[in-house]
Amino acid sequence: MATDLPISTTPDTEVVPRRSKPTSRLALVWRRLRSTPRFWVGGIMLAFFVLFALFGNSINIYTPTDQDIYALNKAPSAQHWFGTNTIGQDIYAQTVAGLQKSLLIGIIAGPAASLLAAIIGSTAGYFGGRIEVVIVWFINLLLVLPSFFILVLLAPMLRQLSWMAIVVFLALFGWMIMAQVVRNQTKAIKDRDFVKAARYMGVSTPRILSRHIIPNVASILIVDATLGVVSAILTETSLSYFNLGIQKPDVSIGTLLAEGSGAAVTRPWLFVFPAGVLVLMLFAISLMADALRDAIDPTSGANRD
Amino acid sequence: MGKYVLRRFVNYFILAFIATVTAYITSSAFMDPAARYRGQNPPLSEASIKSILDGHGTNPDVPIIERTWSWLTNIFLHGDFSTTVHNNPVFQEIMTRAGVSLKLLLIGSILGAILGVVLGVWGAVRQYKASDQAVTYASYLIIATPTFVIGVVLMIIATAFNGLIGTSLIRFTGEYTADIPPGVFPWFTDQLSHMLLPTLALVMMGAATYSRYQRSVMLDVLASDFIRTARSKGRTRKTALVKHGVRVALIPMSTYFAYAFGTLVAGSAMLEVVFSWHGMGEFTINSILQSDINAAAGSVLFIAVLTLISSTLSEVLYAALDPRVRI
Amino acid sequence: MTETLSTNRSTPPAQAPILEVRDLAVTFPNPKGDVQAVRGVNYEVMPGEFLGIVGESGSGKSVSSMAVMGLLPSTAQVNGSIRYRGRSLLDMDDHAMSKLRGSEIAMVFQDPLSALTPVYSIGEQISEGLLLHDPSLSKEAAHSRAIELLRVVGIPGPERRVRAYPHEFSGGMRQRAMIAIAIANDPDLIIADEPTTALDVTIQAQILDVLQKAREITGAAIVLITHDLGVVAGNADRIAVMYAGRLVETGPVEQVFARPQMPYTTGLLRSVPNLATAGTQRLVPLEGKPPSLSNMIPGCPFAPRCPIALDICHEVEPELVSHGTPDVSAACHRADEIASGSLTAGTIFPRPEPVEKRVKNSEAERVLEVTGLQKHFPLLKGAVFKRQIGTVRAVDGIDLEIREGQTLGLVGESGCGKSTTIGEVLEMVAPQKGQIVINGVDVSELSKRERLAMRKDVQVVFQDPMAAIDPRLPIGEVIAEPLTVHKVPAKQRHDTVAEMLELVGLDANMADRYPHEFSGGQRQRIGIARALVTNPKLLVLDEPVSALDVSVQAGVINLLEDLRDSLGLSYLFVAHDLAVVRQIADHVAVMYLGRIVEFGSSEDLYDNPQHPYTRALMSAIPVPDPKIERSRERVLLSGDLPSPTDEISGCSFRTRCPLFSLLPESEQHRCTHEDPQPRRAEATLVACHFSERIGELERSD
Repeated sequence: MATDLPISTTPDTEVVPRRSKPTSRLALVWRRLRSTPRFWVGGIMLAFFVLFALFGNSINIYTPTDQDIYALNKAPSAQHWFGTNTIGQDIYAQTVAGLQKSLLIGIIAGPAASLLAAIIGSTAGYFGGRIEVVIVWFINLLLVLPSFFILVLLAPMLRQLSWMAIVVFLALFGWMIMAQVVRNQTKAIKDRDFVKAARYMGVSTPRILSRHIIPNVASILIVDATLGVVSAILTETSLSYFNLGIQKPDVSIGTLLAEGSGAAVTRPWLFVFPAGVLVLMLFAISLMADALRDAIDPTSGANRD
Repeated sequence: MGKYVLRRFVNYFILAFIATVTAYITSSAFMDPAARYRGQNPPLSEASIKSILDGHGTNPDVPIIERTWSWLTNIFLHGDFSTTVHNNPVFQEIMTRAGVSLKLLLIGSILGAILGVVLGVWGAVRQYKASDQAVTYASYLIIATPTFVIGVVLMIIATAFNGLIGTSLIRFTGEYTADIPPGVFPWFTDQLSHMLLPTLALVMMGAATYSRYQRSVMLDVLASDFIRTARSKGRTRKTALVKHGVRVALIPMSTYFAYAFGTLVAGSAMLEVVFSWHGMGEFTINSILQSDINAAAGSVLFIAVLTLISSTLSEVLYAALDPRVRI
Repeated sequence: MTETLSTNRSTPPAQAPILEVRDLAVTFPNPKGDVQAVRGVNYEVMPGEFLGIVGESGSGKSVSSMAVMGLLPSTAQVNGSIRYRGRSLLDMDDHAMSKLRGSEIAMVFQDPLSALTPVYSIGEQISEGLLLHDPSLSKEAAHSRAIELLRVVGIPGPERRVRAYPHEFSGGMRQRAMIAIAIANDPDLIIADEPTTALDVTIQAQILDVLQKAREITGAAIVLITHDLGVVAGNADRIAVMYAGRLVETGPVEQVFARPQMPYTTGLLRSVPNLATAGTQRLVPLEGKPPSLSNMIPGCPFAPRCPIALDICHEVEPELVSHGTPDVSAACHRADEIASGSLTAGTIFPRPEPVEKRVKNSEAERVLEVTGLQKHFPLLKGAVFKRQIGTVRAVDGIDLEIREGQTLGLVGESGCGKSTTIGEVLEMVAPQKGQIVINGVDVSELSKRERLAMRKDVQVVFQDPMAAIDPRLPIGEVIAEPLTVHKVPAKQRHDTVAEMLELVGLDANMADRYPHEFSGGQRQRIGIARALVTNPKLLVLDEPVSALDVSVQAGVINLLEDLRDSLGLSYLFVAHDLAVVRQIADHVAVMYLGRIVEFGSSEDLYDNPQHPYTRALMSAIPVPDPKIERSRERVLLSGDLPSPTDEISGCSFRTRCPLFSLLPESEQHRCTHEDPQPRRAEATLVACHFSERIGELERSD
C-alpha cells in the first residue's frame, strides 16, 4: 500500500496524556478490591484459616487419631485446646484435619464445576441451534433431578471409593445454573460489534471464543468459582453429616459435626469448635466473593440514588 | 395457546419420567437391598431373602431392565408404585408424608421470600449504611452455615430458653405432640410450638439468599431512568422507590425463586431429619440408608414434580409481574 | 397545596423571568479529582420563551437542568442559586420540590423506553402525575384526562392506547406519552433533555411539532437541551452554547447563527454537514476533544482546540459578557474582534480546499452487485411460551451495485433493513434468495478458503467505536488482527500498522496505547485503520459517524473522502443522516421496509427527489440555519414505521404516504392493490405509482 498519499486531513496531533503503563483490567479490579472493607475482613480471616489448616497441627502434640485415655470427654483445657471426645481423641487435631479435607474438597470441586459451566455454557450460547436445545434440555433434566439427591443416591458407591470420588461428583452436579448464566452472557456478547467485527474479518471460531468471548465471561466465572468453593464444602459437610459423604478413617468437618451434634447441649465443645471454624471460614470466602463481584462488575457497587 | 401449554406439559412429563427412571435404575444398580436382611437375627435363609425381595420387585438376580419394566408397567397399568422395605405402598407413604413436608416447605419458603425481599430492598436503599452492612454480614453468616448446624444451634438456644422459663414452650422433636388435649386451640398452639424452629431455620436460609439477590436487583433499579421520571412527575424519592422501584425489582426475583427452590428442598429435607419430622426428606434419606429402591425412586419423582411445579409457578409469576412477557 | 401555588402563579410581574440560574456550579466528588460538571452558569428563562441549550456530550448541559429539577444524585455538590418565580429551589427539600415537580416544572427525558416504568400502563403513568398534584381528582376523571392528553400529543386511538404498556409503544409514541405526562398539570416550564436524540428524523420532526404544540397549549416556557444545532435553529427563540461546564455564548437564535462570536460556536456551525451545502463544500473539522472536567487547566477551556487562541487564552478564562451586540454574550477574549468583523468565520476555521470534481467512471468494475436479496426471519413472541407470530421481512428483494472508487449511500429509518442488508453482504454466504456478487464472484460458490481470502477485500467500520474495538487490546494489536487472520509475519504486521496509523492521521508510535486513551473521533480512526489494513477494495461503513460528537464528525468524514479518492476504495455507506450521506455518496438508495424505494445519483436524488418518502425524509432533517429552517416547506409523515410483520397490500408506504392521502379514491386503489416496481422517473429509479404528481405535496401545504 502506498504511503506517500496526499492526505489533506489535519493530523490529529492532540496530546494524549501518556501513562508509562496503561491501567490493565486486573489493576483496576485490584484497586477497587483494595478499597472494599469486606475484602479485607474476608481476606484476613481466610488467610488465618488457611494457615490454621496447614500448620495448625504442627504446634499440637496430638494427632487426629491419638487417643488420650486419661482425658475422655474432657472440656477444653491447656492440654486439649478444643477438648476431647468419648474415646479421648483431640478435637483440635481433628478439626484441623477436617478443615484440611474440607478446604481441599472445596478448592477442587468449586472451580471444577465453574470450568464445566464455562465450557458447556459458552458452547451452547455461541453455537445456538440444535446444540443449544439439547444442552438446555439436559440442564433442565439435571435440575429436575436435584443434585443433592443424586449425590445421596450415589453415596453407597462413593463409600467404596476414596474421598476424591465425592469431589468429582460435587463438580459434576454443581455446574448447571452457572452454565445457564454463561450461556445467556455468551449470547449477549456474541452479537456485540467487536465479535461481529472479528467474524467479518475472518477470525476463526476457536480464536473468537478464546480471545473475545471467554475473557468477557471470565469475570463472572471467577466469582462463581469462589462461591462454588462455599457450596461444595457445604454440600460435602451435609452429606457427611448424614453419613453419606466422607467415610472413616477420613475425617471432614461434616463427620465431626455428625458425631458432635448429638452432644451439642451436654458437651458443646464437640460441636461448637468444628462448626465455628467451618462457618467462619465459609463466611470469609463469601465476603471475598461478594467484594470480588463488586470490583469486577463496575455497575454493581456504584453508589447510586 | 393451548398447544403451547400442552407441549410444555408433555415436556414436563418426559423430564419427570426420565428423572424417575434414572433414579430407579441407578439405585437398582448401586444399592444392595439384600444387605439389611442378612444381618438379621435369627438369620434368614438366602431363599427367603430372595422371596422377600421378589415381593418388592428388587431381587438383584432379575436383570435391571426386566425389573424396571415390571416396575413401570405396574405404575402405568395399576397406578402402583410398589412397596417400601417396610411393606407400605410407596404412593400412600408419599401422600401422608408430603403433607408434613409441604407444610414446612411452603410456609418456610414464602416467609423467607417475603423477608428476603424486604431486607434486600432495605439494604439497597440504605446502601453501605450501618443497617445495610449488618444485614449483609448476617446473611453471609447464615449462607455460610450448613442447614443442620442452624437447626442444632436453634435447638440449643430453645433448650436454654425452655430451661429459663421452666416449661417446654418450644418443642423441637417431631411435628406434633402425641398426647395433646382435644380441641382446636391446643392443637393449634402445639402445631405452632413444633413448627417454630424448623420454619425459623428455613426462613433464615431463604431470607439470607433472597435478600442478597434482591439487594443487587434493587440497586440496578435504583439507577433506572423511570425512577427519575416518577420523581419528575412529583413523587418524592421515597414513594418513587416504593411505587416504581420495588415493583420492577420483583420481576427478576420470580426467576430466582425457581433457582433457589432446589436448595430449599434439600435444606428442608435436612431440617426434617434434624427435628425428627416424618416427612419426605426423612423418607428420602432413609430410603437410601436402607437401600430401599422403590422408595428412592418414589422420592425422586416427588421432588421432580415439586421442582416442575415450582418452575411453572415462577414462570406464571414472572408473566403476572411483567407485562412485557404476557401472551 | 395547589391553591397556594396558583396564587403564587399570578403575583410576579409579566416580564420577570420564571427561571433564574445564577453562578450554578455542580461538582461530583471523586477520589481521582472532583468532577466539576458545571462551573458557574448564569441564565434566565422568560415566561413562554423557548431556550435551546446546545453542547457536546459532557458539556454539563444535562447536569445543569437536572440541578434545576432537583434530581441530581445526593453525592453532587450544588452551589449558586436557582430561583423559580423568585423562590430558591436549592433551599427546598425533596418534599417541597416534589410539589413543584410535575405541576409547575415538568421534564421530558431522552430515552423514553427506559424513562417509563415498564410495569404500569401508559394511562396509569399519566394519571399518576395528575392524581399526585390534585388528590381531589377521581380515578375516572384522571383516566379520561389521560385519554384527552394522549389525543393532544397525537396518539391515534387514545381510548385503546391508554391501556397499553410502554413496550407496546414505538419510540416516537413513547416520547409523545412522555410529553403528555409533562404537560398533564399545565406546567409553566418544560425542560426537554435531548427529547429526540434516540429517534429517527421523521419521528424527530413529529416530536418537535408536538413540543411546539404543547408550548402553545400550556403557554409554558421550554428549555430544550440538545447537541443538534439544526433542532435549535428551527425551534428556539434563544440559544445558549455550553462548553466544558460553562455557557460560552448566548443570544437570539438568528443572531448567533448568523454571526457567532465565540470560535467554538463558529466551529460547530461550520463542521455540521448541512443539507443545503453538502456535497459541494468540504466540512471544516473541529479537532480535539473537550477537556477533562476533573483537573481543569487554567485559561479558556476551548483554547487547546481554538485556532485563534492567544497567550492570554491559556491563562485567563474569559467571562460571558456582551461585546457590542446587546442581546448576544460570548465568553472569548477575541470576541470584540469577531463582533466588529475584523475576524471572520472563514479566517478562524478556513474551509479546506474544495474537493476536485471527481470524474465518475460509470464503466468502472462492479465491486459489489446485489440482486433480489431477501432475508426473512421468524418473529417469536412470549418469554414463557415462545411461538412464531409472524415473519419479519427485513430485506425483501433489493438490488444494489457499487462500482470501483464510488460510494453508495444506503439510507432509511431504523428498522428499514439497512443493517440486515450489510450483515448479509458481510457474512458472504448464500442468501435466502437472490445473489451477492463481490468482485465478480458469487459468494454462494465460495469455498471456505476462498471466502477467507475474499474477506481481505471487504472490511467493515462499525457505528460505535467503543463497542467495535476490544478494550483490552492495545490498538496496534487491534489494527493488526485482520493480518493475523491472513498469517502475515509479525515484522510486516508492525510496519503496516504504523503505516495505517499515519494514514488515518494518528501518530505511528501510538500503537502500544489502549483504546481508552483515545477520544471518540480517534477511536473511529482506529476502526478505519483496522478496516484498511488488509488493503480492501470495498469498505462497509455502518453509520460511521453517528455515534460521534458533531464537532468531530467532520474530521472523520473528510478522512473517509480522502481515503476513498487516494486509495480508490469503494464504500457502502449506511446512515440515517441524509446530510452526511449527501456529503460523501455518489449514489444513494433510500430504503423503506426492506425495499429500495428510490435510487439515483446523489445530485439527482437530492435535487429532485421523486418518491414521497424521500421528500419526507429530507424535509425532516433540520438545517442549522434559522432562516432556511423557518421558511422551508415541510412534508411531515404521519405515524410510525409499520411493524415489518404487517402485511400491507400494494405499496408498503401507503399507510404513511402524504401523497396517497391527496389522491382521489379511484387512484388510491392502485396503491392499495398494486405493488409498485422500480421505474425510471426523471433521473432516478422510483418505486411509486404516482411520482409524477410529487409536486402536489408542496402545493397542498
